[in-house]
Amino acid sequence: MAEELTDKQKIEIAKWFLINSPPGEIQYVAKDIRSVLKDDNAYETAASESFPLYNKSHLICLQLPDRSGDVLVTSFSEIDENEYLDPRTAQVVKVDHVKQVCTEMRPANDEELPSPYIEEYRCALDAESIKYISEAYPKGFTSVYCVSGKDVEEPGSDFELVIVISAARHSPQNFCNGSWRSIWNIEFKDDLQMVEVSGRMQVGAHYFEEGNVQLDAKHECRDSTIFQSPDDCAISLINIICHHETEYLTSLQASYSNLPDTTFKDLRRKLPVTRTLFPWHNTMQFSLTRDITRELGIGK
Amino acid sequence: MEAAMGLMRRIPPKLTETALSALLSLLPDHSSDLLSQVDQPLQVLCDVDCGKEFILCEYNRDADSYRSPWSNKYHPPLEDGLHPSADLRKLEIEANDIFAIYRDQYYEGGISSVYMWEDENEGFVGCFLIKKDGSKSGHGRRGNLQEGAWDAIHVIEVGPEEEGIAHYCLTSTVMLSMTTKDESSGTFNLSGSIRRQMSMDLSVAEGHLCNMGRMIEELEGKLRNSLDQVYFGKTKEMVCTLRPPSELLQMRLPDSRDV
Repeated sequence: MAEELTDKQKIEIAKWFLINSPPGEIQYVAKDIRSVLKDDNAYETAASESFPLYNKSHLICLQLPDRSGDVLVTSFSEIDENEYLDPRTAQVVKVDHVKQVCTEMRPANDEELPSPYIEEYRCALDAESIKYISEAYPKGFTSVYCVSGKDVEEPGSDFELVIVISAARHSPQNFCNGSWRSIWNIEFKDDLQMVEVSGRMQVGAHYFEEGNVQLDAKHECRDSTIFQSPDDCAISLINIICHHETEYLTSLQASYSNLPDTTFKDLRRKLPVTRTLFPWHNTMQFSLTRDITRELGIGK
Repeated sequence: MEAAMGLMRRIPPKLTETALSALLSLLPDHSSDLLSQVDQPLQVLCDVDCGKEFILCEYNRDADSYRSPWSNKYHPPLEDGLHPSADLRKLEIEANDIFAIYRDQYYEGGISSVYMWEDENEGFVGCFLIKKDGSKSGHGRRGNLQEGAWDAIHVIEVGPEEEGIAHYCLTSTVMLSMTTKDESSGTFNLSGSIRRQMSMDLSVAEGHLCNMGRMIEELEGKLRNSLDQVYFGKTKEMVCTLRPPSELLQMRLPDSRDV
């Protein structure tokens, strides 16, 4: 009945499954889609196109080849598809996306790094961010990148930094995976002497013991502070981020506590409106209720 | 097939429909297995005779038409479409009426349909379906949900009666998705699907409908409860593992900085 799929269609389907994998589960999805496809060439093509996208959007964290630390895979640190800058150590790592490992590292070139003026801001922010995530996230990683104006040498021009925070927890043995990702864009506006902050936070969780239930929550917010010295900027910016992230966590908890009595009730009540179990044994009452509902015009 | 089911266990539940159609096109030889093992959100049609909506599923389908439980007619019209026997149709009519009241008491809205058919071993099968749009633009009484979908599918096999006892085997599936959205907390979506079974030997003295109804009510309640308590609870636990709430942090760090 169905027509034979073209290679292109097979690849598109495989990519769709891979990209929509829950946090930390792309390798499992890859194994399954490979055996469903029964076409290794199509699989390899789909994997080589999807893994880089997934790794960057999930802000995955990989160990450096010499095990001296970790590096985040992000679109902000991408030099080319397989090379990512780690600004903290001024190293560039080579990433094998499908295996999700770093294979090589080399010192970054001067052109790949920001100017000393920018680096002062970036470095101060990085130090504060490390302090913050070590307090707030038991298994968090952070990195700060310059995404525009990295060659600015002195006051007088605008530039933009990005703080990335990524915390993931994978416990397949407990049928549960999750991730918290935040991206904070920090625009330093020289003429206004202001720093504009805009953040995107995304939290996902998947529980799949005898079922499949997923949380997908997102929030965006904005704030600003005044342009100060690198150290003062870093402290006030991390305070702003800490404040918004804490507030967001509180609102997530509120969403959960509203579930049983308000939100979930709009789908199905725990007990009928009568507050007693349905009287299946009493057919007389059914016909009576039926007449009443009809009379009141409630029935459909 | 095992790998296909593995994928369905991982793909976000709100993408089930797309995932299923993708798998069907990749595995045309397994289409009947896939359609029977993967539940997908229920579709609705309007019965042209009475203007009431009814739910579509594999069990009221014949060729490309679906039988309405209200008029007993196929939509679009179908000559020689399958129909239950007169006795079973009588039970089906009664079941639809009663189940609609049950649905209204638990759901305060929504659509329900019940279908029955004879099976090979002298018993019969009943399929009880509920679809509810709980969003504020749908049937959400409290107006909390930006988007809210609940689909319940109960398939119950009833064995032949022996000495006043019949064997009932119920398989229930619930699929849901709910989203809240506001300025201060962004979008919050929980979606999922779970399936459970329950078997019982019961006296038919009070009638099949009464037995089937009680089992469905019990299992549906259990499914709702485990989604609420266990499944949502586990995702909440995960969030708090990723970023422990501030009470916990402050206990660890009495001198945390001013915000």
